[in-house]
Amino acid sequence: MAEFLQLTVYGIVAGSIYALGAIGLSLVYGILRFPHFAHGDLITFGAYFALVPVSILGAPPELTFFFGVAATMILAVAIDQILYRRLRKVAPVILLIASVGVALILRSAVQLIWGPGNQYYSQGISMPWRLEGVNIKPDHLLIVGGAVLLVVLLHLFLQRTKTGKAMRAMSDNADLAQVTGIEVNKVIIWTWIIGGGMAAAAGVFLGIDTRLHPVMGWRILLPVFAAAILGGIGKPYGAIVGGLIIGLAQEYSTVILSPPYKPAVAFALMVLMLIFKPTGLFAGRKA
Amino acid sequence: MSLLEVEQIRGGYGDVDILNGVDLHVDQGEIVVIIGPNGAGKSTVMKAIFGLVKVREGGIRFQNSGIANLRPDQIVRRGLCYVPQEKNVFPTLTVEENLEMGAFIRNDDFSRELERVYELFPAMYEKRRQPAGALSGGQRQMVAMGRALMLDPQLILLDEPTAGLAPQIVELIFENIRKINDIGVSLLMVEQNAKAALRMSHRGYVLTTGRNRHTDTGENLLNNREVAEMFLGG
Amino acid sequence: MSGIIEYVMFALCLVGIYGILALGLNIQWGLTGLFNIGVAAFFAVGAYTSGILTAPPSDAHLGGFEMPLVIGILGAIVASGILALFVGLVTLNLRADYLAIASIGIAEIVRLFLKTEGWLTGGVRGMEIGRPFEDSLTGNFTLNYLIFLAIVIVILFLLLEVARKAPWGRVLRAIRENEDSALAAGKNVLSFRIQAFVLGSCVMGLGGALYGHFFGFLSPEAFRPMLATFLVWVMLIAGGSGNNKGALLGALVIWVIWSGTEFLTGMLPAELSTRAGSIRILLIGVLLEIILVTRPEGILSEAGERLANIRRERRRSGEGS
Repeated sequence: MAEFLQLTVYGIVAGSIYALGAIGLSLVYGILRFPHFAHGDLITFGAYFALVPVSILGAPPELTFFFGVAATMILAVAIDQILYRRLRKVAPVILLIASVGVALILRSAVQLIWGPGNQYYSQGISMPWRLEGVNIKPDHLLIVGGAVLLVVLLHLFLQRTKTGKAMRAMSDNADLAQVTGIEVNKVIIWTWIIGGGMAAAAGVFLGIDTRLHPVMGWRILLPVFAAAILGGIGKPYGAIVGGLIIGLAQEYSTVILSPPYKPAVAFALMVLMLIFKPTGLFAGRKA
Repeated sequence: MSLLEVEQIRGGYGDVDILNGVDLHVDQGEIVVIIGPNGAGKSTVMKAIFGLVKVREGGIRFQNSGIANLRPDQIVRRGLCYVPQEKNVFPTLTVEENLEMGAFIRNDDFSRELERVYELFPAMYEKRRQPAGALSGGQRQMVAMGRALMLDPQLILLDEPTAGLAPQIVELIFENIRKINDIGVSLLMVEQNAKAALRMSHRGYVLTTGRNRHTDTGENLLNNREVAEMFLGG
Repeated sequence: MSGIIEYVMFALCLVGIYGILALGLNIQWGLTGLFNIGVAAFFAVGAYTSGILTAPPSDAHLGGFEMPLVIGILGAIVASGILALFVGLVTLNLRADYLAIASIGIAEIVRLFLKTEGWLTGGVRGMEIGRPFEDSLTGNFTLNYLIFLAIVIVILFLLLEVARKAPWGRVLRAIRENEDSALAAGKNVLSFRIQAFVLGSCVMGLGGALYGHFFGFLSPEAFRPMLATFLVWVMLIAGGSGNNKGALLGALVIWVIWSGTEFLTGMLPAELSTRAGSIRILLIGVLLEIILVTRPEGILSEAGERLANIRRERRRSGEGS
């Protein structure tokens, strides 16, 4: 029983991280109509950007998160306006290919700037609390709590602000949005701000939970895609549920499979969803 | 001077011209309808006016300034709104949110326009918190037209507003169009329900193969034998 | 002098192997419109299968069959084909971008499998496999291998050109252009796509086997799968997708540029030279973006084909005009 609870703890933590990544991916996919293969590397950049204030500027650690998020938002918008914007008129598949290229460029840049090895936000081991035979680290609470907070903020943004509603409108029907007079480029920029910000948060949390490494985001791209597909493309709330399902499923699978195969579990769930209900659990855009 | 003037426009999708020299105009306060067989280019004219289809030759003037080949969001700012035939609401947004989106480019308070829409279409006020996708076809059409009214436009383009709707609903839609006209908005519409549309329009144009074939008042067109035989069969 | 000639022959061998991979990808993407980012999976499966079949006995991995090269290559082709069949049956009804996501998953799982199942593959320590033609013919291994590769490529190219112009190829192109009308014409679209996918993967498996035997040693990290996949894609796009000649030309051009980056980064000061690999990948990535923005149809396509490609992609992804 304790083992089950322990795996559940790990699953919720991982699931929260996947959820944050999947929200951004799902929003971009729903509004811009292409799978952003560089999303994992935005996650990576978010984590590494957060290193900068501490190691270079000597700033207090509390600020690093916000710096990482803000810097990644700017990066995401820049990539879109410099590159993706030029390719929007061509075909979605070209955007897909371009994002693969961006993924490799970002990954190489991280390696160039910060080196190929592991990095950590802080040295030393934090002692976990022990509850009914289950280990819970303070970091776990930070990650899950932080994810919940971000999701609530996102909800308020999407439901209460004009831009948020316009994002939902564009996700529903991009052509009608244009006809209505919605400023499409402005909404797209906001999509990247939110998507990039969420990705950065996922990266920082992932870095806190494990470690920083140039392929850290790429390694979770498959589970993140799976979460987004499970939830339904363009359904950010679905992405949250998807993330938790994937996180938990991967952890529970370690009872029978060896841990390196966790991505295979995510993949299997994703393929099953694509075969039986391609629009996802919450009926997002059609396959 | 007419509110909208379209002169000899040619254009279409890609390399193929669908419009081969179309003329029309809409004066302030009018309801004008475009009828004709399938493939005549009726919807294409609307899309050309609204900047969704490329105009290769010819001119389009709205309130005396040229608007040919401007972008839709630029045209909307000048007081010309468009209601497409299908997929004309945002299904997951509520009725009220759909209307809000109509007012997107405005930075000021649009509660007056919102109230006006609810006065015109009281049924929408009741359903204002429901997702638009859950409404019936006729109700969605009302939402779509209401959305176009949010910018207080001078002219609204309606693309087959009664397509696929039951006869009682068709009547209701036409009545709503009259109501919109009564508050001072001019309307240009494409319609397959030609007879009913002509009955309520000030003037009409008959288009075939991307060209004008007839133009007259609604009533005269109804009584025109050739028009009646060829286009008003139903 | 002989050093340069040796280097050129070595480079041509690698161009040849990548050319084979590009030809395989061209069947899938160029001809049929299937977006396979998992090239590396079939490449690896082919290499390891041939290795296992031909290698001498070893404690480190499954082997000891010591089959002749021909059996190894056939085994590679069959193994890749079987994997492709399995993957295809599951995923080929999906829309293009979902297939792309699924293919990344397959590549990742294959990579994990090869790395983790050390009893089969030698895991991260790798596998020693034989290099054929060491002592025969001209006496120079590289030259021998180059001749062998050239023969294989010529045969493969001719077969693929025949297939492309044959009714089979035309059906594939019809499916790529407009799936609905192909369906209406009574064609079993799924079956054709699977055939194209399997055939393309078999060719990639062949490429993998030839790669393995060229180096005589396999390890999951040496493959650097994402790099292999990415380079092949850039080659196909640069050369002109849909085009067998373009595939080969792209392999040559991009390989030259890729080697050029190695030369350039070799001139860097010592501290930066350790990061040379990353710089090179970054440069190729930027090159790809430049190609996509300026001439996405590649070198050998004409403008007409380009427009057709664009319209076709729009239709396939369900966006109306």
